[in-house]
Amino acid sequence: MNTLHRLGLGLLATTWVISSVQADELRLLTWGGYAPDAVVAQFEEETGIDVQVTLSNNEDMISKLRATGGAGFDLAQPSQDRIIGVQRQFNIYQPLDMSRIESDLFQASMLSATRESTSLNGNQYGVPAVWGTSGLIVADAAANTVTDYTDLCADAVAGRVSYRLKRPTLIGFAYAMGEDPFAAYNDEGEYRAILEKVEAELIDCKPNVKTYWSGGDQLLALLRTGEVTAAMAWDAGGWTLNAEDASINFVAPESGALGWIDTFALPRRAENLDAAYQWINFVMRPEIAAQITNQSGNFTASVGADAFVRAELRDAYRASFDQDALDNINWYPPVPPGLEAIEGQVLDRIQAAN
Amino acid sequence: MNRTAGKLSLLLLLTPFVLWIVLLVLLPHVQMLRVSFQVRESWDSLSWGVTQYSNFFAESYYWRTFIRTGVMSMLTTALTLLIGFPIAWYIAKLARGRARGVLFLACLIPFWASELVRTYGWMILLRESGLFSGWLQALGWVDGPVELLYNDAAVIVGLVYNALLFMVVPLVTTLDGLDDNLVEAGYDLGGNHWNVLREVVIPWAMPGIVSGCIVVFMLTLGSYLTPTLMGGKDSAWFTQQIFTQFITRFNWEQGAALGVLLLVLSSLLVWLGLRLTGQNLRKVLG
Repeated sequence: MNTLHRLGLGLLATTWVISSVQADELRLLTWGGYAPDAVVAQFEEETGIDVQVTLSNNEDMISKLRATGGAGFDLAQPSQDRIIGVQRQFNIYQPLDMSRIESDLFQASMLSATRESTSLNGNQYGVPAVWGTSGLIVADAAANTVTDYTDLCADAVAGRVSYRLKRPTLIGFAYAMGEDPFAAYNDEGEYRAILEKVEAELIDCKPNVKTYWSGGDQLLALLRTGEVTAAMAWDAGGWTLNAEDASINFVAPESGALGWIDTFALPRRAENLDAAYQWINFVMRPEIAAQITNQSGNFTASVGADAFVRAELRDAYRASFDQDALDNINWYPPVPPGLEAIEGQVLDRIQAAN
Repeated sequence: MNRTAGKLSLLLLLTPFVLWIVLLVLLPHVQMLRVSFQVRESWDSLSWGVTQYSNFFAESYYWRTFIRTGVMSMLTTALTLLIGFPIAWYIAKLARGRARGVLFLACLIPFWASELVRTYGWMILLRESGLFSGWLQALGWVDGPVELLYNDAAVIVGLVYNALLFMVVPLVTTLDGLDDNLVEAGYDLGGNHWNVLREVVIPWAMPGIVSGCIVVFMLTLGSYLTPTLMGGKDSAWFTQQIFTQFITRFNWEQGAALGVLLLVLSSLLVWLGLRLTGQNLRKVLG
């Protein structure tokens, strides 16, 4: 009994030691490129906090946090449209204490837009971090044909086209077909009707598609080899390719690129909030934020970071977006609950159609 | 005293196995079964029902995908057996000494790399700008680049390649035990190649064939990467739908129901296969 007792005490002591070690650790759930090694190293040097980076995406973040009820990570970076619906449904985030965030570092318009789209019952759950758009990546060979999403179905590019079988594709096509899906977000019947039209269009379009891409690297390989000349994809991917091959670039579609903002949000059972706030304030410094832009290809919500961004990236960005194209961006509003179930069925039917 | 010690050591020896089975296999499956019968009514209330299961039969793409997956898995199993049997025969009966070890190793080496790497290897070979397309053009057999990837044949090639080892190993083991005299006696009694194969070799190898087929079939049915990466736009695979439900749709209830259905239906298929070929599991394992 005595041995057991001692063993128990020993175990307790070990747990205590382990947890006190963990207090100096920041477990970050984020996207590829959002926590470059150099930035992590500088943060560790300044604060002595060890950063554990887990790479993820929107769906995976929600799944991971849902499985643990919001534990296991101290800071997450979901897109701003995927916070309140998920919060209402699964309760995996906790409100931000805005007094601990240096709001001067953020672009005011983006900060207030994110506050609006991530607030629930008077609490704010997200601050903006990185933003970007989905649109078209087009090689010169197809540049005259493809200026909008639906042009991917043109005969001239048959067999040379790729897009994802995910919700942005449905929404992009809906806009290109003259609908306004975001306006119909809260009217389930109307949204269903829009999606029915999109479904028919995408099934008709299927013979044109080489393959539905699922990972960024896969898409870049398809475009690099010329196997695909036009694709619906993220702007950063287009600019990466543009740096290698000037004949390929990102094009903002006529019906508008789809804009997203990735945020910082605190998981409900985060253990090291101090470190989380320190990280937010650290990476929003202009020169640090610019390093993230240089690595991921996406621009940040940090004020004044543009000055530190690689010149060729800034040029590619300007070639893709003039003022009109910027004003034309359709920003994702928060996804109401239940919408994704409808979209899921549509996507399954397109996948299974012959 | 001795008996209790024996019991204790048996218990201790069994513990890791029992823990593994209970914690990692049994419990998750029971949990999955429970989730599959939950119906989410609104955000904080649940009720019980079979909605998810009726979805499977009501939405044609679910069961159509399942049938497709099953048929393609059977085709893969048959092809793997056809290709694996001669290889196993050669290793077990014809190769001698070092050649045998080398050949066996040659079958094994590809499996030192992960499935993802092997699949990407095939993609490099088969894609439009890939090696095969380049060779065909160099030989003048085709005019322009040909796309060999993103179709069902490519998926089956990838699956057969991934499954080959699991067919060859049990076959080599059983064929190894076949007494050469039996084969010789078959010929002495006037049998030709076909008779000997049918009357002597195959009955002897049957346990190996059946266990190889079961492993390959289940492995293929449950594979995810190869069909997803090599199949392209028309490649619906059942595991892919389960993954989608769990990860992209957060619909754990539907995903769990599909998972349970996959387990039940595939077990049923294996049972049917055993019955049709007149085998039973005890004979195969014994």
